[in-house]
Amino acid sequence: MIGFPLFPEVASTIARSVDLLYFFLTAVAVFFSILIFACIVYFAVKYRRQPGRAAEQVQGAIGLEIAWAAVPFLITIVMFTWGSSLYIANSRVPQQAMDIYVVGRQWMWKIQHPSGRREINELHVPVGQAIKLTLASQDVIHSFYIPAFRVKQDVLPGRYVTMWFQATRTGEFHLFCAEYCGTSHSGMIGRVVVMQPEDFEKWLGGVTEETPAQVGERLFSEFNCINCHATGSRQRCPQLGGLYGREVELEGGGRTTFDEPYIRESIIAPNAKVVKGYSPLMPSYRGQISEEQILDLIAYIRSLTPEGAE
Amino acid sequence: MSSETIRLYREHYLNCSYGVRSWLLTKDHKRIALLFLISITLFFFLGGAFAVLIRLELLTPQGDLVESETYNKLFTMHGIIMIFFFLIPSIPTVLGNFLLPMMIGARDLAFPRLNLLSWYIFSLGGLFTLGAVISGGVDTGWTFYTPYSSTYANTHVIATAVGIFITGFSSILTGLNFIVTTHKMRAPGLTWFRLPLFVWSNYATALIMVLGTPVIAITLLLVGIERGFHVGIFDPKLGGDPLLFQHLFWFYSHPAVYIMILPGMGVISELVTCFSRKRIFGYEFVAFASLAIAVLGFLVWGHHMFVSGQSPYAGMIFSFLSFLVAIPSAVKVFNWTATLYKGSISFDAPMLYALGFIGLFTVGGLTGLFLATLAVDVHVTDTYFVVAHFHYIMVGGMVMAYLGGIHFWWPKISGKLYPETWARFAALVVFVGFNLTFFPQFILGYLGMPRRYHAYPPEFQVLNVMSTAGASILAVGYLLPMAYLVWSMRYGKAATDNPWDATGLEWQTPSPPPTENFADTPVVTWEAYDYGAKEDKEKEPQVA
Repeated sequence: MIGFPLFPEVASTIARSVDLLYFFLTAVAVFFSILIFACIVYFAVKYRRQPGRAAEQVQGAIGLEIAWAAVPFLITIVMFTWGSSLYIANSRVPQQAMDIYVVGRQWMWKIQHPSGRREINELHVPVGQAIKLTLASQDVIHSFYIPAFRVKQDVLPGRYVTMWFQATRTGEFHLFCAEYCGTSHSGMIGRVVVMQPEDFEKWLGGVTEETPAQVGERLFSEFNCINCHATGSRQRCPQLGGLYGREVELEGGGRTTFDEPYIRESIIAPNAKVVKGYSPLMPSYRGQISEEQILDLIAYIRSLTPEGAE
Repeated sequence: MSSETIRLYREHYLNCSYGVRSWLLTKDHKRIALLFLISITLFFFLGGAFAVLIRLELLTPQGDLVESETYNKLFTMHGIIMIFFFLIPSIPTVLGNFLLPMMIGARDLAFPRLNLLSWYIFSLGGLFTLGAVISGGVDTGWTFYTPYSSTYANTHVIATAVGIFITGFSSILTGLNFIVTTHKMRAPGLTWFRLPLFVWSNYATALIMVLGTPVIAITLLLVGIERGFHVGIFDPKLGGDPLLFQHLFWFYSHPAVYIMILPGMGVISELVTCFSRKRIFGYEFVAFASLAIAVLGFLVWGHHMFVSGQSPYAGMIFSFLSFLVAIPSAVKVFNWTATLYKGSISFDAPMLYALGFIGLFTVGGLTGLFLATLAVDVHVTDTYFVVAHFHYIMVGGMVMAYLGGIHFWWPKISGKLYPETWARFAALVVFVGFNLTFFPQFILGYLGMPRRYHAYPPEFQVLNVMSTAGASILAVGYLLPMAYLVWSMRYGKAATDNPWDATGLEWQTPSPPPTENFADTPVVTWEAYDYGAKEDKEKEPQVA
């Protein structure tokens, strides 16, 4: 064995398929490089300047021109189709994915499990389980990159992005910030710890903290959301319980899904999309609330059940 | 012997007048080209010094040579100086300025005063940027991504942006000058399809300069406005959109990649034909490939943003268009290679650079396909794979072409021959050093090492040490030509008018040329690269 790796670890369900495409691209690249190098070397030797032999003027050949435009074109069509279909397939989040929230900020990753366990620069996940990350940035653009899983997603301020993966083996893997984000960019690293499901359960239960929904409930009164959105009150706002994941009709036409991005927008810019039948009365919380607090509020709103259901 | 004596006293553009004033107020395109040559050489070695410090820092996994903040400034200033103050102006302002009028049989560019103004604007922008560097530098990366650059960075963003903004006008004026000159000042008989391909590629470059540069100027202005006056444009906290910046930035900066490679392609067409004594294979295809690259280059900017959060369908369209732009580049490579077929090939230093260019550009172009492939790009974008890819194009391609061109036309520019053995040796050193520096970075990239990392996990060290070793060889390779070219200006053998026996009109002038280039306007009755006719003529006794 040589003392340093030449190829990254393969540790997610999509890693193999990305590698396969990479091998195909490498094969094409090596073939054409060798073709060009071989032609250059062969011509350079065979037609090197010799006394008594002049260059033979060869006119261009239209057939050749068409061939060496068409063949690369067809090959790139294969690359395009393969690359795009794999990309689209990889971006589809499985139904049973486990939700984890991630907030990036200069220069750390804050990770929040639904059970309440929070961690910084470490992400513990169970093996064989699809994990869906919802990510936001508190300040500048970051990028959540796990090379062993072949996944990367820029994390933007002002909106949510999602990504998912499913680890195929236990172990520890690098977590990098891949988008330059300032002084300690190269310190914004961590590890992903993939565990057996039972170990993961043990790890989750190891610490009892408030769950995000519990924190959210507290924030719900601290930010005075409760004044208008209290259960029972229906004058100024729609009932929040049971709304998560459903479609709502909007004032002025159109529909939207009542999901993370919509809830976030409704806190930061409440009047952008108002539910049908209500007036744009809510003040903006822009600048007063952190991304983590918004995620806690979302967890709380998700946990609400429709009134009268109990 | 007598011709030697006459040569010594002949008046030419270098000795027709003396003194600082005669240079700083010159309207001669050849003297302006030399002003640019001196300016961009200074910037090249400054940018190179930053690169050396970067590579030294990366010798060890710990960030132990400089602080993180210093390291971030180093790669930022390396990028800004190399791109805006060396690569973009390199071939157009030096070789293009010097050769374009001569290649088309003209006395000068269409607007000589504008040409001089272009150098002054470039110098002013350069001084602004240097001022920013000296007063503490800037740490945003050459890409100035918002909202980091517009809100969070505590370095000299505005001063640097002003420098680049000013320099952009130099680019626009040069482009404008080239376009008008190519349209209006061609010698009688010099039709578009008799033009040297160097003129075609500089013409295509000029189109991008004129159409693209205003966009980067506007973008940097908007960054300045947000930073200075807190007007929300890009920062979501102020109500802006950070991706808007990336769209605007890459709308210029991807075409700028073609500003940085097209002129190099033009040089290669001149070199490959001359040193294989052949007409170029598929002239029209090579010429139109330049225009195709210039046009398609404007439609692929979104491939820098596949993981940025733009829509997957936008990603697919940009992916498809990016594959499309690879085709004209491939066509060029095939045509250059086919030009060698049945040639009579000699391996003088410029040809070594040209063959090096074809090889390295091929690798650079093929690895570009990896980045155009969506699912693979997700893994390798923002890693050393990207760093390696664009250095193969920019350094392996453009700098090789630039050096090849400088050597090829050195007898015309200086009137002196450079030392051939040293030059071949330097070309070889550059080729070896380059590959050792940048090839390991492809492997590092697929392993997952992110770019712009001051410290890195220890398992990446071996490949980084290889890269740094290569960089030290490369540095020697770049210092050598600097040394012997300067040496040759004083001690080199006097050059004949056409030492390569090349066909271009520029070689019909004396070396160095007189200020007016041609005593009489030449009339062109032959095709470009008419090496066949030249060889036929040589078989017959020469008629004066």
